Amino acid sequence: MTRLAVPKTYKLYIGGKFPRSESGRVYPVATSKGVFLANAAQASRKDARDAVVAARAASSGWAGATGYNRGQVLYRIAELLEGRRAQFVDELRLSEGLSESAAQRQVDAAIDVWVWYAGWADKYVQVAGNGNPVSGPYFNISTPEATGVVAIIAPQESSLLGLVSVIAPALVSGNTVVVVASERAPLAAISLSEVLATSDVPGGVINVLTGSAAEIAPWLARHADVNALDLAGADELAGDLTWIDLQIAGAETLKRVLPPESGVPTPSVERITFFTETKTVWHTKGII
Amino acid sequence: MPETNRFLDYAPAPESTAILNLRESYGLFIDGEFSDGHGESFPIISPATEAKIAQIATADASDVDRAVAAARRAYSRTWTKLSGADRGKYLFRIARLVQERARELAVAESLDNGKPIKESRDVDVPLVAAWFFYYAGWADKLDYAGLGPNPRSLGVAAQVIPWNFPLLMLAWKIAPALAAGNTVVIKPAETTPLTALIFAEILQQADLPVGVVNIITGAGDTGSLLVNHPDVNKVAFTGSTAVGRAIARSTAGSGKKLTLELGGKAANIVFDDAPMDQAIEGIVNGIFFNQGHVCCAGSRLLVQENVKDEVVDRLKARLSTLRLGDPLDKNTDIGAINSRAQLERIRELSNIGEQEGAERWTADCEIPKNGFWFAPTIFTNVSTSHRIAREEVFGPVLSVLSFRTPAEAISKANNTPYGLSAGIWSSNGSRVLGVADKLRAGVVWINTFNQFDPASPFGGYKESGYGREGGRHGLAAYLTGAALESSGRGSSSAALTKGASK
Repeated sequence: MTRLAVPKTYKLYIGGKFPRSESGRVYPVATSKGVFLANAAQASRKDARDAVVAARAASSGWAGATGYNRGQVLYRIAELLEGRRAQFVDELRLSEGLSESAAQRQVDAAIDVWVWYAGWADKYVQVAGNGNPVSGPYFNISTPEATGVVAIIAPQESSLLGLVSVIAPALVSGNTVVVVASERAPLAAISLSEVLATSDVPGGVINVLTGSAAEIAPWLARHADVNALDLAGADELAGDLTWIDLQIAGAETLKRVLPPESGVPTPSVERITFFTETKTVWHTKGII
Repeated sequence: MPETNRFLDYAPAPESTAILNLRESYGLFIDGEFSDGHGESFPIISPATEAKIAQIATADASDVDRAVAAARRAYSRTWTKLSGADRGKYLFRIARLVQERARELAVAESLDNGKPIKESRDVDVPLVAAWFFYYAGWADKLDYAGLGPNPRSLGVAAQVIPWNFPLLMLAWKIAPALAAGNTVVIKPAETTPLTALIFAEILQQADLPVGVVNIITGAGDTGSLLVNHPDVNKVAFTGSTAVGRAIARSTAGSGKKLTLELGGKAANIVFDDAPMDQAIEGIVNGIFFNQGHVCCAGSRLLVQENVKDEVVDRLKARLSTLRLGDPLDKNTDIGAINSRAQLERIRELSNIGEQEGAERWTADCEIPKNGFWFAPTIFTNVSTSHRIAREEVFGPVLSVLSFRTPAEAISKANNTPYGLSAGIWSSNGSRVLGVADKLRAGVVWINTFNQFDPASPFGGYKESGYGREGGRHGLAAYLTGAALESSGRGSSSAALTKGASK
């Protein structure tokens, strides 16, 4: 006798909680062969705004934590992912139609990307900062720090690795993020949220929306409390909207905008520093 | 004159304009020589006397094409063929020529801009030379700029600069662009092109290859044609946030690399344990330097409540000793407002300040009959919602607000869409560093203000723009490399994800 499975209800992840979309909408997610998998929440403008509020509220705590602390929290995510490896492999096989080994490679890469970025949290300042030899009796130092709230359109393909490859670098410096998951394959993003919720990442640091990027992204691009946009997965939006429209919308509040790229972004320190601001502090020196 | 003010009674000591050798009219500097512009020429005047200085050409679309084509030719045929060492030598030459002609440049700057000669002579022009000298040395050391191996230039840089530090902003733009191997088309501000045009003569004396730097003049239309030109690879703009927004919109999706240095509304925070003599001088320097025409000016004074009265009284006393008048006079502290339009803007916002209930105090000084002038002004009883506390006045107008705790000071300081600069005055070392950490501003001056140096990155958070000018960071705006491909990422860690995606 086979056991009747208990399917999971996939919801949004906002402010450390798992709400349904306030709009009450869902959309069906299917396997690559068209078999129904689940109903994912279809996030609305209001959900996006709630997510930005949560991200802003979490900003000072996360940015104010030490790099060492952030590094450990990010590393902890990798530890938890490793323990749930089989679940993610199954999910990717079903939702992306991957072979067992391809799904394993993606999960392993996602875990390794977390580990790689986690190690940067207490180092990138040394690489990107500078002591400046000014011509006068001043102590002068430039250090990068988080830009604030980063709104991200995750890559459509490689739904777990793509997601990790865009959120991890933004988190390293202390940004908080609102990410729109792969529209076609959103389930891994919500399962990742369950990992995040049981890790040490404070609620609101990472907020995950599922639904239509073309619908949600313009609200994020225009939102005055969003500091930067990562349009990694915005090269093929539904309808007439293009990523350039989003960049133009972001110009109103002078957002920092990272344009789309094809495929999964390669891990790089530039992805960390792009979402930072360089602060230069001058202090007078006594003349002894 | 009251007894206490007798020491102010100096004899006039104007710098002679005989050192200038100005032409009646100036054309566009394209491909190493001056040529006529096809737009309608316009006069520039001294803002201190309203007397005409010269007639200036306007570049129309065909002229902008010509200038960009010249820069493109120079980029592909000459400049990129030179070694970094040779590019550096040209920049060193330019630095030396600026030093040699420093007095002439300072006089021209004060004449055209209206800033006191002591500032153009002791701040602007020396920094111009320093900027070229600093970046000259980078030209053959780009591998050490922290951008990965073999960083490459971008191509033709379109640069549009403001009128508040005309020649200094030109140096901030041109020096790193050339050191990195780019060629340049630059447009100085409509009201202050004079020193840029004299600088063109310096380029000729330096024998800089033709087309490497092209200087075109005109108003906003010319600037718009330049930054939107399809054959431009890089856009660098310093000016208002409104224009910066428009440029960010129009260059979206174009692949042009963009840096913006825009407006500010800096908080200058004075704690009760501040070194008060220095703080008073610093506040004055912070907002009245260059008539307050400074994007990073300390225009919002946040003073701890228990010392507010003392600080305001001392400020008023100090401001009463400032001398307003002839920019070419060596004793002048406050020069002319750069243009009639700017003067109107300052008057309008100041009047609104009064209407909104702030209390206005203006230094009692004689205003010359001709020219554009605005006496140093302080507003007290200012609340954070007042327009004079929110909008950039860009003039000699200080808004005074008070606070009780460091947390309140930080919260008020950050309560602005801008984030260019901030000041902190306190003798408590751990407090100043703690506050500096929390301020959302690109430059934080502690127990000093308005310090600039070519080695020190400058630029804003939030709506004050993006990118940095100065220092090693300033090079990144003009380079690309393995690590900086427009959207590609570094190769160091590619193995992590290789083969993981389908």
